[in-house]
Formats: sequence, C-alpha cells, structure tokens
Amino acid sequence: MSHPTAVADRPATRALSRFLPSDRWGIATLVVALFVATPLIAVAIIALTPAPDIWKHLYNTVLFGYVRRTVTLMFGIGLGTFILGTGTAWLVTMCRFPGRGFFNWALILPLAVPTYILAFVFTDQLEYAGAVQVALRDMFGWRNRQDYWFPEIRSMGGAITVMTLVLYPYVYLLARAAFLEQSVCVIEVSRTLGKNAWQSFWHVALPLARPAIVVGMTLAMMEALNDFGTVDFFGVRTFTAGIYDVWLNMDSISGAAQLAAVLMIFVIALIMLERSARRGQKYHHTSTKMQALPGYKLRGARAGLAIAFCALPIVLGFILPAMVLLSYSVVFFDVALKANFLTITLNSLTLSFGAAVAAVGIGLVLAYGLRMGSGPLPRAAVRFASVGYAVPGAVLAIGVIIPLAKFDNAIDALSSQLFGVSPGLLFSGTVVAILYGYLARFLALSFGTVEAGLGKVSRNMDGAARTLGATPFQTMARVHFPLVRTSLMTAGLLVFVDCMKELPITIILRPFGYDTLATFVFQYASDELFEESALGALTIVAAGLIPVAILALTTLRSRPGHATGSCSA
Amino acid sequence: MRTDLPRTKRLFAALAVTALTVVAGAKAQAADIELNLYSYRQPFLIKPLTDAFTKETGIKVNTVFAKKGMLEKIKAAGDNSPADAVVTVDIGRLYALKEAGVLQSIKSDVLEKNIPAHFRDPEGMWYGLTSRARVVLVSKERVKPGEIKTLEDLADPKFKGKICTRSGKHAYNVALIASMIAHHGEEAAEKWLDGVKANLARKPQGNDRAQAKAVYEGVCDIALSNSYYMGKMMTNDKKPEQKEWANAVRLTYLNQDGRGNHMNISGAAVTKSAKHKEAAVKLLEFLSSDEAQRIYAEDNQEYPVKPGIPFSKVVKSWGDFKVDTLSLEKIAKLRPAASRLVDKVGFDDGPGS
Repeated sequence: MSHPTAVADRPATRALSRFLPSDRWGIATLVVALFVATPLIAVAIIALTPAPDIWKHLYNTVLFGYVRRTVTLMFGIGLGTFILGTGTAWLVTMCRFPGRGFFNWALILPLAVPTYILAFVFTDQLEYAGAVQVALRDMFGWRNRQDYWFPEIRSMGGAITVMTLVLYPYVYLLARAAFLEQSVCVIEVSRTLGKNAWQSFWHVALPLARPAIVVGMTLAMMEALNDFGTVDFFGVRTFTAGIYDVWLNMDSISGAAQLAAVLMIFVIALIMLERSARRGQKYHHTSTKMQALPGYKLRGARAGLAIAFCALPIVLGFILPAMVLLSYSVVFFDVALKANFLTITLNSLTLSFGAAVAAVGIGLVLAYGLRMGSGPLPRAAVRFASVGYAVPGAVLAIGVIIPLAKFDNAIDALSSQLFGVSPGLLFSGTVVAILYGYLARFLALSFGTVEAGLGKVSRNMDGAARTLGATPFQTMARVHFPLVRTSLMTAGLLVFVDCMKELPITIILRPFGYDTLATFVFQYASDELFEESALGALTIVAAGLIPVAILALTTLRSRPGHATGSCSA
Repeated sequence: MRTDLPRTKRLFAALAVTALTVVAGAKAQAADIELNLYSYRQPFLIKPLTDAFTKETGIKVNTVFAKKGMLEKIKAAGDNSPADAVVTVDIGRLYALKEAGVLQSIKSDVLEKNIPAHFRDPEGMWYGLTSRARVVLVSKERVKPGEIKTLEDLADPKFKGKICTRSGKHAYNVALIASMIAHHGEEAAEKWLDGVKANLARKPQGNDRAQAKAVYEGVCDIALSNSYYMGKMMTNDKKPEQKEWANAVRLTYLNQDGRGNHMNISGAAVTKSAKHKEAAVKLLEFLSSDEAQRIYAEDNQEYPVKPGIPFSKVVKSWGDFKVDTLSLEKIAKLRPAASRLVDKVGFDDGPGS
C-alpha cells in the first residue's frame, strides 16, 4: 500500500499477464504438438490417395477377422495388465508381507524385456519340443501329440499372456505412484465409516487412482495395436498384419495408410470415450496430510498368496527369459564379439537417453500447456500427437521420412543455389530422424505420465503461486516440477526402456552402418536365430536395469510429505 | 534475461559448427569411394561377400539392413538418396523397386555373360544373383517316394491333415501362389489353395525350418520350404538338433514331369540416384563372379545363377532337377492377386475354419 502507483497498475498488468502468458503457452503447445504430430499428418496425407478396391476386398474377406482379433487382443491385454499392475501396486504400497521391499522395485523388471524375446522364450519352452512338454512326456510316459492335450502357445492366448507380462509394469508404475500420492486420510475415513480393506480399495483408492491406471492401460493397449513382431510370431493376424500385407504384398501404400488412419481414429475415439466417462470428476487431494501408510499386515496363507501374486510376473516376465538368454549367450557369445558390440551398445544408450530427455521435456511443456487452459485447438493437437503410439512403427517411420526428406531436399537446393555446397540429407539421413521417430512414437508415454502426475496437483497450488506473483513458467519450475518429479522420472524411464527395445523405426530410419542392440538382435531374430541374438537381447535387458535401479534408489523410496501430522487436522 | 543473449549466441555457434562438420563430412566422403548398400538380407549373410569385394577392389561398403520401408526411403530422398545399390530376397521387392522408378538400367557385358536372361530384368533394372526352389520336405517314414509329385497334389484330399507351412502371406508363399495363378488362372488357383488349406495339419505359423521340425515331431508329413533351409539344417553344427529334423525328411522337387519346380531369386539393383554408379555396377559384377557365386553356394546353400558354378555338396546330393522358367516379372505382377486369394480362402485361419 505504500506504493500507490503499483496498486493502480495492478488490475491492468494482471489482466495482461493473465492473457499474454497463457496465450504464449497456447501457441507453444500448438506448435510443439504439431511438430510431433507431423509424421501422423504425413500418414494421413498418404491415405488421401484412394484405394477403393483394397477396402472392398478386405471388407469381403478378412477385415472382420482383423478387427475381432485386434479387439480381443486389446481387451485381453487391458484386463491382464489391469489385474497384474493394479493388484501388485496395491499389495506393495498398502500391505506388509515378507519380500515387499524387493517386489517394490523388482515388479518393474519385465519392462526391460523386449516382447518378441519373451515370445520366443515362451514358445521355446512350451511348444511340443520344449522343456515343459518333454518333461511331461517323460513323467507320464506319453509318446506323441495324440496321447495328451497341451495348450497351443502360438495362439491368441499366448500373445495376450506374453504381452501382458511385458506391459503390466506400465500400469504398476502409474498405479503405484497414484496410490503413494493418495492421502492415507481418505482411506482412513473410509475405514472409519465402516468399509473393510477391500471395499476401501474398490470404492475409494481405485476410483481416485483411475486416471493413472487408465493411462497405464491405454499405453499397454496401444502397444497391442502397434505390435507386429509378436503377433506375427504367434500367428495371430491383427489389424497391423493387415496394414503390412496391403503395403508390401498388395503394393498399396495408400491402402495401408488408410488402414493406419482408421486405427488412429479408433484410438482417438476410445480415449475420448474414456475421458467423457469421467468428465467433471476431479482427482486431486486437498489434504496435504500424508501419514505413513498404514500397511495392512498380511500373515500366513494371505501373505503366501500375496508373495505368489507378486512373484509370478517377475519369474515369468523376467527371471525365466533372463536365464534362457544367459544360457544362450554363453554358447553364442562369439557372434556378438564379432560385431562391434561396444559401439552398438553405446549407440543404443545415447539414442535412448536423448529420446528420453526430449520426450519428457516436450511432454512436460505440453501437459503444462494444456493445464494452463490453452483452448480446444492445442488440446486437440496434443491428443492427436499422442496417438503415434498406436500406429505400427514402420508406418510411422514412413511418416517421418517423407516430410523430413522434403525439408532436407529444400535446404539442400537452397544451399546449392546460394553457396554452391550440397549438404545432402541433414536430418533424414542422420540419427536425428530416429530421434524424431521416437518422439512421435513415445510422446504418449511421457505426456500421459506427466499429465497424470500434474492432474493430481491441486489447481489451488497454481492459484496460490500465481497470486504470489509467479509467472506460469516460474510456477511450473518451482511448484509443479518438484511436485511431479516422480512422474517425470517415471516418464523418462518408460521412454528410455522403450527406445532401447524399439525396432521398426530404428531399422528404417538409421543411417548406413549404424546399428543398435535392437537391430543387432533383429538381424538374427528375423531368421528365427534367437540363440545368436541372445547376448544382444540380454544387454537390452541389462541396460533397462539401469533406470530401474535409479528409480528404485531415488523416487521409489520417497513419498511426498512423508509422515507429517495426522488426519485430524 | 541476463543469460539469454549469450545462450542464444552459443546455440547458434553450436549449430553452425554442427552444420559445417556435416558438410565437411559429406565432402570427405565424396573423396574416397564408399558404397552405400541397402540390404533386405541379414548383414551376417551379406558381409562375407562385401568383405571379399572390398578386399578385391578397395571400395568400402556400408550396409544397412531392413525388411520394409527401404523403397519409401529411397523415393522420399529423391536425388539426394545416399543409397547406391540394393540387394534383396524375393522377386517381389525387386519388382516393386522397379515399378517405383527408383532403379536405373544397367548395361554390363559381365553381368549379361554371368547371369542367364530369365534371371534378370529385360531392361537391366535388376539382376538375379542366386536362385532357390520352393520344395516340399516330406517325412521319410510316412511318405513313400513318388507319393507327392506336384504342387497340385498338395490339394489332394488324401493328404488331409498332413501339410505344414508358414503363413500364406509370407513373400515366398505369395510368389508360389502367384505362379499357380500364372499357370492355371485365378479361379483354379483359388480352388487349389482352398484344397491345400483343407489339408493343413495346423494353422500356418513359424518359419520354414519350423515346418521341418513339425514333420520330425510327427505333427505333419509334408512341409513347404525353400531349398536352402534344408541344406542349412543338414550342416548346422552349432544346433545339432536341426540335423535330426533334416534327417527325418526327404527333399522333393515338384512338377518334375511337367513345368518344373517353382523358383524364386535373390537379386541386386543400382538406384537411380546412385552417387557411385560405377562402383555399384562393379559390386553387382563381383556378386555374379565365380568367387562370390561360390560363397553363395557354399555358405548359404543356394543355387548360383552363373552357369558352371557347382552346387554345394549337400545341394548336389538332392540331384539335378527341372526348374519352372515362368517369367519372374509375371510372378511379381500377380502378387497382389495371390495375396488376395490367401484372404479369400482364409488360408491363415488354418484347417476347419
């Protein structure tokens, strides 16, 4: 009050500062989202070339089969990852039983295993000539296939099982973070009001964690949509198989792009449906009281069941494949030694790290931009950009290469004209193209995770910070950033691990003579020579352990506002 | 605000340096020849050949391997595409590259001398380097010699529940079905494919080797496979179990009293935008030479295209055979139709669906 001029200025500056920065965020959000979405737009443009006979043919023959199998696969994986991911997350955060501390971080491990590797290991063990059936035959004296029944691993069930085991950590990580960030007070209130532990889980904790769990499940199901290698290996012909068939066997890239466009529309519709189902619900906590978690103590059979439930995915999804890979690596290690294995590993690590940093940075900008309320256009652009995750990698790679090559050629022409120097393909011919592809593909991972984290921060925080004079950027840097640190770490981890495993984009967009662990594995795996690729696959798994360890050491231990005060306040 | 200006400057400096390095790099590359090769074949298969080429000519070869997307990549890059040459398996890819207009016609006396006319493009756009037969591997125990003689026999109801194959959508099967369309017309080919489907022992799955394994395990009696897989299984010292699979089956060439066995090729081509055309042609010529053709024959158990180069010992043991000389381009053109037939009869859904 001692500066009257400032008081007089305030309404005007405040109106201006409220309008301008949010507008700037709006523009930035839109531009960044469009940049990431450009490959998808390129695919959509290819789809504009008509291919009517393809559709008629597909409609009359295999289209419904593709759709039925794709939906079954999605549903199976959605359900499987929900049960495994949410169940284990609840057990390790809310219950006390022997081994809980170990499971807390070990449950992330299967994420590091490439799906196609797990598919191979399962087939290797469970098919007719595999160890399991051989042992059964020895035990019971069966002589051939006609003597007994055994489930066929190369089937829809096999595909769902394998993909669930690799993908449930998405749900686990996000559900776990959500449970941890929940105020125990709400659960205590529910217990006080007469609900038992299960009812509290179903009626209070689960609905509160819904946005996070849905993000995890959406990611897992989008992965089911874009996958080709695994379903192809299991002989399950999904929509993706149809896309590749139309492209490569029927020589119609526009038909393939149209199928991919339908896939995108389907995913957008699903996401919108889920969002409208929980419109108007707010999920953040108003209480900052974060007592130490109560920890329902499990004893006897219940503890045994909890241990079995948490151990199962780790044994099947990590220990088993790691052991098999290890045993093959010992026999076939010379294959890897012949290749320039160290360089290949470094390539993988640097690419994945770069992509993780970029994806988290962009994810944060976009999530925060939307939080600032930048209007329908940026919002739609961001939603569209994150659909890239559902598009088969090879199709997305074509979407990257076309605009990027156009851009390069334009620069090249300009430079030749002005300076007489032809720089060639500056971006499309270098690792920049791979990074761009990763960004277009994995934005959903980083954006989804960051957005889920931001969603849990009360808007009152923004309001308080802004009232105290912070700019939106300062608010983000000093208020939100520390609050969602866990989510950012999680997002970075997910993108890193996924980039380590990524194949179709890497293989198409890489420059000459440039190999990563995944392409090294693929050159053998594509010939079903998995044993030769074992050391490469094992290294991918081992590299995935680094971020898991970082996460375990830093964020997994801490809870916001750990043990401060009681619920009564 | 204070730090903004220097930061921007630093960024520009960094960008400028990067750009200069890239340009300088591009210049340096032009000085000593390095050939850029897109390969649809696994690097471990192609490396012994490119190594031998480098040893002989001093030209370094950079390879990048992928199974899809190469064509689009070359096309998008246009004149600036760094790719000089392409090596592929299956006629389909070569034909698609030619149709996309990204190849150039090559005239070379050496290539024409080494490669018979039916193994190369009439316009010199692509050249076949090896050929492979799509054969059946039949159970030594359960199938008598002469019991199955033709591709057409595969649809004979007497083989109900006896046949194993990989997906009907795999390039090798698509080419085989295309050859049936070429010989009998679409309608007859569809009826035939429907008959084969009814005879399947299980849903199409796995690769060619897995079919031989299935015969070994008693799942089926007749497996469709490319010829060289048999040779590779027979000589696999690292995985001796594959020798047992091979030992359980007999390689049988089909249609020997008629048109001959269906053939496919692996081949190579020079791109339209090749910066090192001369070196690229040199590579193709080398790949058709005695030395390279021997490596193909011995290491990969394929049939060399160059007349006079002996088959490997293993391949020789299967005896001489008659090949179907149907135009490869015709097969390639019929691929979309073949792929549609696979959909139409629901081949990949397996028997009884």
